Amino acid sequence: MTAEQFESQLVHLPDYFAHHVLLSVGALSLGILFALPLAGLAVRKPGLAGPMLGVASVVQTIPGLALLALMVPLLGRIGVVPALVALVLYSMLPILRNTVTGAIEVDANVLEAARGIGMTDQQILMRVRFPLAAPVIVAGVRTAAVWTVGMATLSTPVGATSLGNFIFSGLQTQNTAAVLLGCAGSAVLALSLDGLIRLAELAARRRDAKLAWTASILFIIGLGLATAPILADITRTTGRERVTVGAKTFTEQFILAELMADRLRKAGFDVTIREGLGSSVLFDALARNEVDVYVDYSGTIWANQLKRKDTQPAETVLEEMSAWLLARHGISALGRLGFENAYAIAMRRDRAEELNITSLADLAARSANLSIGGDYEFFARPEWIAVRDRYRMVFREERSFDSSLMYKAVFEGHVDAISAFSSDGRIAAFDLLVLEDPFSAFPPYDAVILLSESAAKNPDLIAALTPLVDSLDDSTMRAANRSVDLDHRPVVAVAHALSVDLPN
Amino acid sequence: MISLRGVSKTYQGGVPAVDQLSLDVARGETVVLLGASGCGKTTTLKMINRLVDFDRGEIHVDGRNIADADPVALRRSIGYVFQGVGLFPHWTVAENIAAIPKLLGWSEDRIRIRVDELLARVGLSPDTYRERRPSELSGGQQQRVGVARALAAEANVLLMDEPFGAVDPVTRDGLQQELISMREQLDLTILLVTHDVTEALLLADRIAVMDRGRILQIGRPAELFANPATEIVERLLDMPRRQSAKLQSILHGEEPTNQGSSS
Repeated sequence: MTAEQFESQLVHLPDYFAHHVLLSVGALSLGILFALPLAGLAVRKPGLAGPMLGVASVVQTIPGLALLALMVPLLGRIGVVPALVALVLYSMLPILRNTVTGAIEVDANVLEAARGIGMTDQQILMRVRFPLAAPVIVAGVRTAAVWTVGMATLSTPVGATSLGNFIFSGLQTQNTAAVLLGCAGSAVLALSLDGLIRLAELAARRRDAKLAWTASILFIIGLGLATAPILADITRTTGRERVTVGAKTFTEQFILAELMADRLRKAGFDVTIREGLGSSVLFDALARNEVDVYVDYSGTIWANQLKRKDTQPAETVLEEMSAWLLARHGISALGRLGFENAYAIAMRRDRAEELNITSLADLAARSANLSIGGDYEFFARPEWIAVRDRYRMVFREERSFDSSLMYKAVFEGHVDAISAFSSDGRIAAFDLLVLEDPFSAFPPYDAVILLSESAAKNPDLIAALTPLVDSLDDSTMRAANRSVDLDHRPVVAVAHALSVDLPN
Repeated sequence: MISLRGVSKTYQGGVPAVDQLSLDVARGETVVLLGASGCGKTTTLKMINRLVDFDRGEIHVDGRNIADADPVALRRSIGYVFQGVGLFPHWTVAENIAAIPKLLGWSEDRIRIRVDELLARVGLSPDTYRERRPSELSGGQQQRVGVARALAAEANVLLMDEPFGAVDPVTRDGLQQELISMREQLDLTILLVTHDVTEALLLADRIAVMDRGRILQIGRPAELFANPATEIVERLLDMPRRQSAKLQSILHGEEPTNQGSSS
């Protein structure tokens, strides 16, 4: 961890923290708002309690990240909305369960008295059941608060800014400072919220108006301070045009997003970066104009969007892809960046020599005794399926890794081969051998700047980004990736260095 | 004041809890429903403020058929002292007593005056007890608050379900005496449920002895002693008679004669 790394992350803290606070406090508030009436209904109609808690429990068993990811196709958008919906659903269970349990288990004598003196069902609920269940309900809210704050870090991949941005990009770029910052931030937030809720409960239990005021004022001040950066951002009237730059989940994408953001800021745009998005999530967001610009790879679009299984020369792929994108989604390809980031299968050089493997055909012949590692997407991608079928590979084992750990995994012998990215600096650093592809089963993967329909109508935006076309060759990109992944230089610094070298 | 005509209630899948029961309680009268547990006396009481719905028959309170009344309004108009007291543990004594007046939308001032008046009436000093929580009271004090709560909205019909069951004999005696003086001052019509024969004898204008959902006999205590209608009634009343005889003999310094009394 270097001071430079730490400082480069610290500048994001107010913004990420503000978004995180708003997201988790918003989700928790809505969670309480929905869960309490539902619990009231379940208490009054006990037949509903079972199914209701059942559904909530099922939601809870869905892994957090999956629930968030699921919201994107369900709601047809990325960003705060799917994150908020998922977090609200998630926060409801502990509140619902505790409220129902607490309200049902109120002393029968007290309930009989409440009914006997002429309270309506609603009055019994509000004046007797809920107040008496308050300690249990508050315990549920506290659980929900801690869960929500924790899970909000997972909203980065669906395009909502949070402290998770530190964690996801930090893991990717091996920036421990960033990961720690994200963890510490959410821990501080979780503890503060928990403390405030406890304070509020204490005030209610002791009927201490002063304490209640203290808790409310602390909450309002805390919320105000924490979210000030967002409020400042919303109220800012610079008149500058807003542009959203997208990035997938790996280092190169972070660098390119920062690079494009740098260019756009210099051209007077107000830039937001949405990083850590999955390939298809990002593509869909671009098609919906939620993201204005990002870099994708021709082969990825070819296989995943055009669903092509054949392989064509790079020029053909690019041309057909561009025409299809425009016709089908209104997306424009501004142009190639100049480098290729192909999927390639790589092995440790000594292991390959030992097994006498130089090409995918050699690898296929021995695949039954070998294991292969890939990033999370790889084994589900059509390119891999095409390659596997073309060479008739049947590996003993397929293992998924975070792409930042893949190289280390093959280097340390956990797997025999990996799905490397050809522009990754770690291929050289770990002295890996990239296997030849004699059948050209992998499509070409030229990096291409893609513009959303609305961005394509913006001449200033196009002017700002056009100098990037054909400006980055393979070795430049590989060196940039390497500076981040191996030399642990901050992404921003590396992107800035690239930008400076560009012709204006 | 309270009139039950041929009232029956059968709980789901059971024998009738209350079977063709008819009973009249006159204004200012105290009637005690006496019987063993499970005889249907509590169910009878609960039907009168519609805590339990009856299957057949008619119940009138103050001349009004309760089947036509809104149950919530009905319950607010009838004082009810619950077997388990059932004070609201999260409220102060004053808030507990104010429960029904508050539901009825009385003004704060009127409620405050009423609460203090009732606390004094049930023998609890308002300044000492107003702000206490039920958990800070003894069993007897809780019962007193329970009675005050039942009377708060100026109900003149009071239903009491084993009201003094959970307190020690000395406290019970005090509470019973207070109830007797209170009902005269307030002109209360009381229907009280108990399984304690002595309590029934001490409090009742008339006793209705119940068994298996029916009233075996109803009459003034002296009538029941003189002419027990059934063996059950006779056996029930024999117990206080024996106890009283024994007490007499102890008080007059004679050795007890019945077996198992000393060792």
